[in-house]
Amino acid sequence: MAEAHGIRIEGLRKRYGSGDTAVDALKEVDMAVAPGEVVGLIGPSGSGKSTLLKCLGAVIEPTGGRMTLGDQVIYDGAWKIRDLRAMRRDKIGFIFQAPYLIPFLDVTDNIALLPMLAGQPNAEARKRALELLEALDVAHRAKAMPSQLSGGEQQRVSIARALVNRPPVVLADEPTAPLDSERALAVIRILNRMAEQYQTAIIVVTHDEKIIPTFRRIYHIRDGRTEEEAGEGRPF
Amino acid sequence: MISLAGRDILHSWGKFVFTGMGLGLLIGVTLTMAGVYRGMVDDARVLLDNSGADLWVVQQGTLGPYAESSSINDDTYRAVLAMPGVAAAANVTYLTMQIRQGNRDVRAMVVGIAPGGAGTPGRPARLVAGRQITRSHYEAVADVATGFRLGDSIRIRRNLYTVVGLTRRMVSSSGDPMVFVPLRDAQEAQFLKDNDAIVEQRRRTGANPAFARPGVPDLLDAVIASQSTNPYVNAVLVRIRAGALPEEVAEPIRRWKRLQVYTRAQMEEILIGKLIATSSKQIGMFLVILAIVSAAIIAFIIYTLTLGKIREIAVLKLIGTRNRTIAGMIMQQAVGLGLIGFAVGKIAATFWAPVFPKYVLLEPADSVRGFVIVVVICILASSVAIRAALKVDPAEAIGG
Repeated sequence: MAEAHGIRIEGLRKRYGSGDTAVDALKEVDMAVAPGEVVGLIGPSGSGKSTLLKCLGAVIEPTGGRMTLGDQVIYDGAWKIRDLRAMRRDKIGFIFQAPYLIPFLDVTDNIALLPMLAGQPNAEARKRALELLEALDVAHRAKAMPSQLSGGEQQRVSIARALVNRPPVVLADEPTAPLDSERALAVIRILNRMAEQYQTAIIVVTHDEKIIPTFRRIYHIRDGRTEEEAGEGRPF
Repeated sequence: MISLAGRDILHSWGKFVFTGMGLGLLIGVTLTMAGVYRGMVDDARVLLDNSGADLWVVQQGTLGPYAESSSINDDTYRAVLAMPGVAAAANVTYLTMQIRQGNRDVRAMVVGIAPGGAGTPGRPARLVAGRQITRSHYEAVADVATGFRLGDSIRIRRNLYTVVGLTRRMVSSSGDPMVFVPLRDAQEAQFLKDNDAIVEQRRRTGANPAFARPGVPDLLDAVIASQSTNPYVNAVLVRIRAGALPEEVAEPIRRWKRLQVYTRAQMEEILIGKLIATSSKQIGMFLVILAIVSAAIIAFIIYTLTLGKIREIAVLKLIGTRNRTIAGMIMQQAVGLGLIGFAVGKIAATFWAPVFPKYVLLEPADSVRGFVIVVVICILASSVAIRAALKVDPAEAIGG
């Protein structure tokens, strides 16, 4: 387990409902991801992956346990952060299975929207967006609308959006599902490069057999519990 | 911060513009309805302005001559003329009827005006073509809205009149254009019957033993003569002397001549408050219904557009967009739609108003009021969509 951590989860629990109908989606989840590290989170359907992702993303409230983001405890039996929306905006990046870019904003503004929401001046936010687009080799599509991009380009733009506020952690939900092998591995390559460059902890939820061998560490989630194992760390 | 609403409208401008045009036509109808009401009020005021009177002397106990029928003797004006404060007084008759010209009928208000020079109450003050009536019979001055032209021959009852002058915006309170004819002709026209009816009336009078008395041979002729003439007019229009107060001039006429006298303010109250009150309520109801329909349409359109963006809204919420930013986006879109609709509606109403058969007066103040109402309706209508958007769970952006 890494010593310094981007995100650390200890004994996280989540129960839906109450009484006889209660369902324990997460029982005892432990996890730690260091800055600059990309880990895989895999498990069968209904194992609790999405619930874990929603808890990590501060979208639903866990029932118990503790979560630390960087040096800040964000959950310890209750939320320790008052403005969860601002925390999601500033500290957590999201990459979805489909890119879900805002269709009426061009590529630059799709990325720059987050810093703008955080109060940054438009020019500065766009400058930062362009830097990321260059880093991801899509700067030439900066003025394009999302509908004009290929699937791979859209996913790279969504990665740029997730990283634009330099969050300590990025949650990627099946980011390679709609892509072929070559593009899926390209996305993993980009995630690893970005994680290292921005010292971001990235958790990739995936079923994708093509990319699972690339992780150095993998968390298996079964019946609401996580088990850590070493991955193959195959070069991509 | 960029305007999300503005970007969305620009991105799908076709959808917004076409929806806005549809809404605009509805707003155009609403503005036109308001214009119809304004036109009715203006017609009433124009009727009073054009009469050139300060006081209207009518039959006691009536709201004449416009709201109710009024009948007073045609020599009353002499007595009125002698009252203190009266500068001019003239008889006038009003009769709404179908006027025939060739094969077409025109609904018009025939006004019988007393002979006299410029400034005689009741005479049209301004002509756009031709001249005033100078002969005692069979000349007419018509409003251009009748469609008559100078030299046209028009039929009123059994007589033909030549149009010698044209005037503009001389209308009755119900918007019918006026045709001015000499007073004597108008008095005759009010009671003039066809030949068969006259023969029948004479036969019946002659068969009546009360009139056909052998001992009084001239009685029957006198009765028949009295049936063929009309010594009545509908009102006496009075212009008061400079400096005189209308109410002070009106009061002695009421008291000593036992007639009803209305001032300009009272006549306006009768025309606007009573004569067109039902019509204005009717139009008011239409306006309320149109406003509700507009609100429902805006609400439905914005709600549908918002439902089409549920996933994007979930993503926006997940990445930290504040509720007020999302609500603002939806509200701005609704207002944007309203602005497009208002612009289209205003242009449409401006273009089609002159084609309406009745006078449609589009007042700038009504447009400003309409604009404010449209904005308020848009804001209220967007609340349904805003509620739906605020209910969106950011977790929807994450699968599972």
